[in-house]
Amino acid sequence: MNRACDTQAAAVAEASAAACVPDSHDPGGPLATRWERRRAELGLVARPRRRRHTVVVVGAGLAGASAAATLGELGYRVLCVCFQDSPRRAHSVAAQGGINAAKNYQNDGDSVERLFADTLKGGDFRAREGNVYRLAQLSLPIVDHLVAQGVPFAREYGGQLQNRSFGGALVARTFYARGQTGQQLLLGAYQALSKEVAAGHVRMLPRREMLDLVVVGGAARGIVTRELTTGRIELHFGDAVVLASGGYANVYGLSTNARGSNASAIWRAYVRGAAFANPSFVQFHPTCVPLRGEQQGKLTLMSESLRNDARIWVPRTPGDARAPHELAEATRDYYLERLYPRYGNLTPRDIASRAAKTICDQGKGVGPSGRGVYLDLRDALRREGEAVLRERYGNVLQMYERLTGDDPLRVPMQIYPAAHYSMGGLWVDYDLMTTIPGLFAIGEANFSDHGANRLGASALMQCLADGYFIVPYTLTGYLAGGELGQVSAEDAEIRALVAGVSERVARLAGAGGRRTAGDFQRALGQILSSACGLSRSGPRLARAAGEIAALRAAFADDLCVPGTAAELNQELERAGRVADFLELGELMCRDALAREESCGCHFREEHQTADGDARRDDSRFAHVAVWRYRGRDQAPERLIEPLAFEALGPCERSYR
Amino acid sequence: MKLALRIWRQDGPAAHGAFERHCVVGLAPEMTLLDALDVLNERLVHAGKRPVAFDSDCREGICGACGMLIDGFAHGPRALTTTCELGLRAFADGAEVTLEPFRAGPFPVLRDLCVDRSALDRIIQAGGYVSVRTGSAPDANAVAVAKPAAERALDAAACIGCGACVAACPNRSGALFVGAKLAHLGQLPQGAPERGRRALAMVAAADREGFGGCSSHGECQAACPKGIGLGVIARMNREFLVAAVRDGG
Repeated sequence: MNRACDTQAAAVAEASAAACVPDSHDPGGPLATRWERRRAELGLVARPRRRRHTVVVVGAGLAGASAAATLGELGYRVLCVCFQDSPRRAHSVAAQGGINAAKNYQNDGDSVERLFADTLKGGDFRAREGNVYRLAQLSLPIVDHLVAQGVPFAREYGGQLQNRSFGGALVARTFYARGQTGQQLLLGAYQALSKEVAAGHVRMLPRREMLDLVVVGGAARGIVTRELTTGRIELHFGDAVVLASGGYANVYGLSTNARGSNASAIWRAYVRGAAFANPSFVQFHPTCVPLRGEQQGKLTLMSESLRNDARIWVPRTPGDARAPHELAEATRDYYLERLYPRYGNLTPRDIASRAAKTICDQGKGVGPSGRGVYLDLRDALRREGEAVLRERYGNVLQMYERLTGDDPLRVPMQIYPAAHYSMGGLWVDYDLMTTIPGLFAIGEANFSDHGANRLGASALMQCLADGYFIVPYTLTGYLAGGELGQVSAEDAEIRALVAGVSERVARLAGAGGRRTAGDFQRALGQILSSACGLSRSGPRLARAAGEIAALRAAFADDLCVPGTAAELNQELERAGRVADFLELGELMCRDALAREESCGCHFREEHQTADGDARRDDSRFAHVAVWRYRGRDQAPERLIEPLAFEALGPCERSYR
Repeated sequence: MKLALRIWRQDGPAAHGAFERHCVVGLAPEMTLLDALDVLNERLVHAGKRPVAFDSDCREGICGACGMLIDGFAHGPRALTTTCELGLRAFADGAEVTLEPFRAGPFPVLRDLCVDRSALDRIIQAGGYVSVRTGSAPDANAVAVAKPAAERALDAAACIGCGACVAACPNRSGALFVGAKLAHLGQLPQGAPERGRRALAMVAAADREGFGGCSSHGECQAACPKGIGLGVIARMNREFLVAAVRDGG
């Protein structure tokens, strides 16, 4: 079907045909030319006409800022909102390690095919082939663009770009700027966005939170926001809406995400009809600083790139409490090297995380809580010298020392897995459009490219592929599909929507119970961590669903939020986010329960090999689980999008 | 461990503010100052009182959202440390610690310890970028960049836009912030074509926003959590002067 002409009409018709299996609109045919062919099909909008279209972008991280800047450059009127006080602070800023690109500058055998294969295999064959191949292709122009923007990547003495390796890859394809690659990439996108703000193409509205989606005639036509300093409820219309609001690892209470990272934008879209895919696929990052105390507000990530040089180990004997330097070589268990000799310390994140949990369950964990393993730079220090390591990892080492008081070059670091990244998210088709026509989801907010596990240095790549190189084309194709009707703030439907948002906010602001929003978030986190975390089982998941329902009831009765809705009220902001997390947590348990196999991050204890590896079930579960909302008191509907693997037959994912 | 927190409370930009004193007990040295504020806030909410408003997000020293005057120092007494990274080890048990918002004309107080730093965004909008259209770049390795230049550019690009340099400066100057961006982009071949224009526009924007001039006190350098030094201000002055002479300012 040629979607260039009748995109909108067809999409609206399709969305209204409930209960159908969503169509990914993958153009099919040879992988290498799929995206090129899709681009040729997509309609164009003449430059003078672009000015007449407003596009609303929610979020200003790597995905949102790159999309807003590029759409602005193209001549659209862009409205970009973010909850931070400046777009430069979105949580992409905290990505440390780097960005993958199949440049093969190291001459070590890399290629688009290999990056594609690594990513698909890394995701345990639960991603779409067509999307992943396009991602690998777009990795090339992304790095070109970043360099042209003035991103100060690491260089060799000859002036050429430097690379390093990340988990799940045998080649060095990761481009980096010390341990602050995300910051530098975000500044590139933020600066591009700033240029468009100055040119008058983008209106930037910081300190705003999206609280609802405007759907008119079946299509996304705008958003409702709360201005966070005054509490004003605002209505913003547009001809298309792009959600780039990031991931939801904070549903676990503690995670490596920023404190403000939340699921509200995508959850509101879900409630308005956008399907949610694979909600239980959440990555636990293996190299985080272990929890230091109950009052801690946030977990801190140590870049995975450290695994290039550091070796991971625990004492061989359970309960051996001697200091690390007292443990001779023979009394150490380098368990990743032992279990996975081919990849060693560079096994993918899901495997390294689960191995750490298993080894700590055996009583070999270190640190005060026994939930920690050593990440030891000793051998690298002898081999490379201090100056080289400080140059490679500078700020990461400093950050660890500030947090713990230990110098990682003298004392081995202690690490443990923490919730980090959501592979699940809003379902999108090949054009990154959700099941609501005109509503796009990009970056971590969508589910698309990482399957059941994301490889390191692939998140930045995906955000920028989506924002710079995909959505500007596909959104144009959507707008070229025909005229959209007028919308007015005076319509009864719209007034009711805005009134509903105000009412919801007012209800939270008036809550006079005894428990804080933080209280509920921690309680939810505990339920999810034990039932739907690193390791999952049917009975625990079933029990958790009931516990979360009870917690939701308690939230409705016993929440306490001081202050009013008409002022800067951070407790109110948090309460709103927790309300949505409570609903999302329930859906995650449902999803994890329904997927009776182990794949990537989703490890069901009932489904494992004799070696304790994940046992996938391709005959029953080679599909995307697509959930549709059916009302507050009704169970959501689970649809499936089957996954076909033509280029790369799904193999057992072995890193041994 | 316990602390006596003396905290600036102010309801809004136009409201009068005052200090409020809270004793927070049950703390531990491995906690951060912001963990302690979280503990205080939970207790205030439990008591039905309005919690202390403060900005923070990543809690690992990179997003630049946090920032307050801690005992008179921007980001507190420890060098190269943001507010969110400041551990309670920096304080004696039982100490009184004074927390105030960053004080500067261009940073109006929104509430309690939250300030509006959008003036810094407007300075970047004036010219803190490389004008390159998406999709028009040459191959990433087409232009060699000398390693020392790339490293120096990154030293300057490490700025997190927190505004501590402004809050620490007796003149409330934005020179370290402006200089850092000029030093980042000006030392790379990709940023060279717009160097002069960028310097003139960003300096003019800082003036427009009401930031003061630099008189080389060096307080900004001491306060910068990312170790950005006065060298970038020298560079700003040179770039501005060269551009002003060449382009007739």
